[in-house]
Amino acid sequence: MIRENVESTSTRALTLTARVLSTLRIDGPLVLALSSIALIGLLVLYSASGGNWAVVLRGAVRLLLGGLLMLVLAQIRPSMLRRISPFMYGAGLLLLLIVELVGDVGKGAQRWLDLGFMRFQPSEIMKLAVPMACAWWLHERPVPPSPSSLVILAALIVLPTGLVMIQPDLGTSLLIAMAGLTVVFLAGLSLRLIVSLMVLAVAAAWAGWEFLLREYQRQRVLTFLNPEADPLGSGYHIIQSTIAIGSGGVFGKGYLRGSQSQLEFLPERSTDFVFAVIGEEFGLLGILILLSLYLYVVARSLWLANQMRDTYARLLAGSFAALFFVYVFINAGMVSGLLPVVGVPLPLISYGGTSMVTLLAGFGILMSLYANRKLAA
Amino acid sequence: MSVRGLIKDSWRERRLFEQRTIVVVILIGLLSSLLLGRLLWLQVLRYDHYTQLSQGNRVRVEPLPAARGIIYDRRGEVLADNQPTYQLELIPEEVPDVETTLAGLVRIGLIEAAAIEDLKKLIRSRRSFESIPVRLRLDDQEIARFAVNRFRFPGVDIQTRLARNYPLGEIGVHALGYVGAISEADLKNIAREAYAGTSTIGKLGIESAYEQDLRGENGRREQLVNARGRPIENLQTLERELIFRPSRRGQDLFLTLDLNVQNTAEKAMANRRGALIALDPNNGDVLALVSHPGFDPNLFARGLSNEEFSALNTDPDRPLFNRALRGTYPPGSTIKPLVALAGLQYGVITPEDVHYCVGYFTLPGSSRRFRDWQRRGHGPVNMRAAISRSCDPYFYSLADRLGVDRLHNFLGQFGLEAPSGIDIGGEKSGILPSREWKRSAFRNPQEQVWFPGETVIFGIGQGYMTSTPLQVAQMTATLAMRGAAWRPRLVAALRDPQTGERQELAPEAMPVVTLKDNNFWKIAIDGMRAVMEGGTASAAARGARYSIAGKSGTAQVVAIAQGEQYDADALDERLRDHAWFVAFAPIEAPRIVVAVLIENGGGGSGVAAPVARQVMDAYLLPQINEANGT
Repeated sequence: MIRENVESTSTRALTLTARVLSTLRIDGPLVLALSSIALIGLLVLYSASGGNWAVVLRGAVRLLLGGLLMLVLAQIRPSMLRRISPFMYGAGLLLLLIVELVGDVGKGAQRWLDLGFMRFQPSEIMKLAVPMACAWWLHERPVPPSPSSLVILAALIVLPTGLVMIQPDLGTSLLIAMAGLTVVFLAGLSLRLIVSLMVLAVAAAWAGWEFLLREYQRQRVLTFLNPEADPLGSGYHIIQSTIAIGSGGVFGKGYLRGSQSQLEFLPERSTDFVFAVIGEEFGLLGILILLSLYLYVVARSLWLANQMRDTYARLLAGSFAALFFVYVFINAGMVSGLLPVVGVPLPLISYGGTSMVTLLAGFGILMSLYANRKLAA
Repeated sequence: MSVRGLIKDSWRERRLFEQRTIVVVILIGLLSSLLLGRLLWLQVLRYDHYTQLSQGNRVRVEPLPAARGIIYDRRGEVLADNQPTYQLELIPEEVPDVETTLAGLVRIGLIEAAAIEDLKKLIRSRRSFESIPVRLRLDDQEIARFAVNRFRFPGVDIQTRLARNYPLGEIGVHALGYVGAISEADLKNIAREAYAGTSTIGKLGIESAYEQDLRGENGRREQLVNARGRPIENLQTLERELIFRPSRRGQDLFLTLDLNVQNTAEKAMANRRGALIALDPNNGDVLALVSHPGFDPNLFARGLSNEEFSALNTDPDRPLFNRALRGTYPPGSTIKPLVALAGLQYGVITPEDVHYCVGYFTLPGSSRRFRDWQRRGHGPVNMRAAISRSCDPYFYSLADRLGVDRLHNFLGQFGLEAPSGIDIGGEKSGILPSREWKRSAFRNPQEQVWFPGETVIFGIGQGYMTSTPLQVAQMTATLAMRGAAWRPRLVAALRDPQTGERQELAPEAMPVVTLKDNNFWKIAIDGMRAVMEGGTASAAARGARYSIAGKSGTAQVVAIAQGEQYDADALDERLRDHAWFVAFAPIEAPRIVVAVLIENGGGGSGVAAPVARQVMDAYLLPQINEANGT
C-alpha cells in the first residue's frame, strides 16, 4: 500500500516535472548534463581560485545569468530567430568594425567595447551570429550548397573571422570560423571540395604565418612545437600544466591538494588552464567523468538536431553541438600540450569572459529549435 | 537550375544531414581518442616523471648554516665568536637578469662597481638555486635603503646570518687567521654540499687549519614554496614529510695561547715590525704568537673592499705577512750556544779552553778578516764567556774546526732544517746550509762548491743560514729542555658544544737530542745564564724574580765591506740589522721559552731582550704570586 503510494507520488512528480519542462521548452537530459558540468565547474573554481568564495560567487552569478538567457531564448520561436539572423549578423559585423576603431585594448588585443554600464565582446555575438547567418542562407536554398551559394557562405565566414583575427584574438576567430564551417559541412559540402579547401587552408596558413600573425602568436605556435626551449617564457604555461596533469595520475592528488594549482605554479589556473587543475586534483578518472558529461551533451545535441524537420534548425543545432565539442577539444588539447595555446576557455567551467553566457544562449536556441521541431517553418 | 534543385527535397536533405552527423561523430571519436591517448601518456605512463617534477616544483631545500665553533684562549677568554648580521643574498634562478640586478645594486650603493666582475664569477661558479651572498654586514641605513627598493630586485633578499667576529681585533690574528668569503679557488677544494648556505671559510691560521672541526655540519630544511619562490605555511591539504635536519654547531677550540701573555707581547712589540713566539717547552704549547704589524681579521669576515684589501696588501710594513711562521732571517748569535754544544759533542773543544779574542779571525793562509762585533775584541774567553759576551771570533774558530758537515748535522737535530710542524699551515723553513744544499741551490758550478769561509760565518748564524722565529723558538725550547722537544701547537682541546664533551689533544713529542754527556747542556745553559747576569743582556734581567737564560743575536741585513764600519745611524732604517733575542726561564725547570725578532731593530740585547722579559714576566709572575699566596 504504502509502496504503491510512494510510487504513484514519484510518478506524479515525474510527470509534473516533464510537463514543466515541456512548458518551458527545455530538454531535461541536456539541462541535467549542463548543470552537472556547471556545478563541477563551481567546485573546481573554488579550488582553482585558492578558496576564493568571491570568485565562486561571481562564477555562479554568471552561470545563473547564462541559464536565464537560455530559458528566455528557449521561448523564442525558431521562425523569429531565423528572420533576425541576418540582422544579428549585420549588427555583429558593425560592432566588430567599431571595436576595431574605438575598442579598448586589453591584454594587448582590441576586444572590448565599453558600453558604459558593461564591457562587451562583439566577437562573442559572432560565435552565434555566424552559424545562424549561414543556416539562414542555406534554409531556402538547396543542399548541398551550390558554388555561388558557397561564395556567399565563405564571405559570411571570412569577414568576421578576419576582423576578430586582426584584433588579434586567434582563439575566438578560430571558433567563429569553425562555427560557420560546421554549418556548411553539415549542409553536405562535397568531400572533394573539403579536401581542396584543406589544401587551400595549408597555403593560407603559410601566408598567415608570414604576413598576418603577430609575433606573440607565432611564438605561441613555436612554443607549442618545443615548449622546453623557453621554460621560463612562453613555454612556462604548457610545462606547468603538463606537470599538473601528469602528476595527477589516475586518481588525482585530491580536492584542494593539487600542489601545482595551490602553489600557483600553474598560470591562469581558474580561467583557460582550469582543465589542468581538474587533471591534477581528480586525475584521469575525474577527467574521464567530465569528458563523458561533455560528450553526452554533444551526443544529446546531435540527436536533438537529427529530430528537427527544417534545414535552418538542423544545421544550426548540429553546428552548436559540433562546436561544443570543438571548444572542449581545443581547450583540453592546449592545456595538455596537444595543441598550441590559443585562449579558448573550457566550456561552462573556465572563469571569466562572456563565453559561458554565449554558450548557454546557444543551448537555449537549440532547445527552442527542438521544442518547435514539428512546426512548419 | 533544375526544378529539383529549386524545390527542397526534405527527405534527401535529412538523409544527407544524418550522414554528416555520422561523419561528425566519427571525427569526435577520433579526436577524443587522441585526447585520451595524450592523457594516458601524461597521467599513467609518465606519471612518475611528472610527479617528481611537481615535487621539485614546490619544495625548496633551504640550508641551515651551522654556527662556527668558538675559539677560546687557554683560560677561556673568547678570541673568536659569531654575531648575527644582515647580509644581502641573491638566488640566481630567481633573478630575471643578474647583470641588471647587480648594476641596480651598485646604483643604490650596496655593492661596489669594482666588485661586479668577481660577483658574476662567483654566481656562475655556484648553483643557480643556492643563495649567494653579494654583500656581507649591512648596516641599518643600508638595510633601509634596500628595503624601499626591494620590489625592484626579485631574487635578492636580506638574510640574517651568523658572521665571524673577533672581539679583540688584531690580537693574535696571525695565529687565529680569519674567515673570508668562499672564493672560486676554495670551491675547487671543498665539498660543495657541505658548504651549501655557508658563505665564508677559514682562510688562514687556526681558522683554516681547523676548518673541518670549526665549521660544524650544515642542516637543511625543506620548505614549501609557491611559484614565486616565496616560502608559505604548510597548507593543511598539502601535508607531506618535509625534511628538517638541524645543523650541528662546529667544535669549540681551546687554544694554548695565553691572552695575558699574547696581549703583553703585542703591546711590547707595538710600533715595531717583528715577530715573537712564546712556547711552553714542556709540551710545545704556543703561549703567544705575534707577527707585527697585524691587521683586523674582522675586515675579512665582513668582506673588505678592493681598496681596503690593496691597501693592506701594498702596505710596506706587510701586515698580512706572518713573520713568525714565514719570515726567514739569519738567526745570528742565537745559535752560538748550540755551536758550543756541537764543539763539546764532537770533542773539538772543552769548556775551559781559552781563545784569545783580538777582534777578528782569519783562516790559515788567508788575510780576510772575520770581524768581531766589538772592534777591540774580548781578550781571553772560555766557552762561558764566549757565550755571555757573544764573542764572534771564538765561534768562527770553533766552526772552522767543526767543519760544515758536523755543524749542519748537529744543528739539524734542533729543528732548524725543517718546519717545526706547528698545527697551523703556512709555515716555512729557513735554510740550514750544507755542502749538499749548496750544490742544489746554485746552478753555476763555481758557486756549488762550499768554501771554508762560509763555514766560519755559519758559526755565528750568518751567511746562508736563515731560520724562522718559530724555528729559533723551537731550537731554544729543545735546548732549555736539555734535548727533549715537542711539536709546537696552538690548539690544546676541542669541545663539542652539543654535548659539552671536551677532547684534550695530546702533545706530540719530537725526537730527543742526546749528547755524549748530559753535563754539556749545563755548560751551554750556564753561558746563557751569564748573558743575563753580567753579559750582553744583563740590563733586561734586572730585578727578575726567576732565573733566566738568554742569548741575543743580530741578523745582518747588508754585508759590511772589508775595512768598513757598521754605523747604524748612517744606514737607512730598513737596512739596519734585525735584532734577535731568545730566552727561557726558570733555568732549572723551564716553563717558558721566548724568541723575539725585531726587524731593523739593531742590537738584540737592547731592543729585543726587554720585550722577552716583559713576556716572561707576564707568564711567570702570576704563577709565582699564586704559589706564594699573594
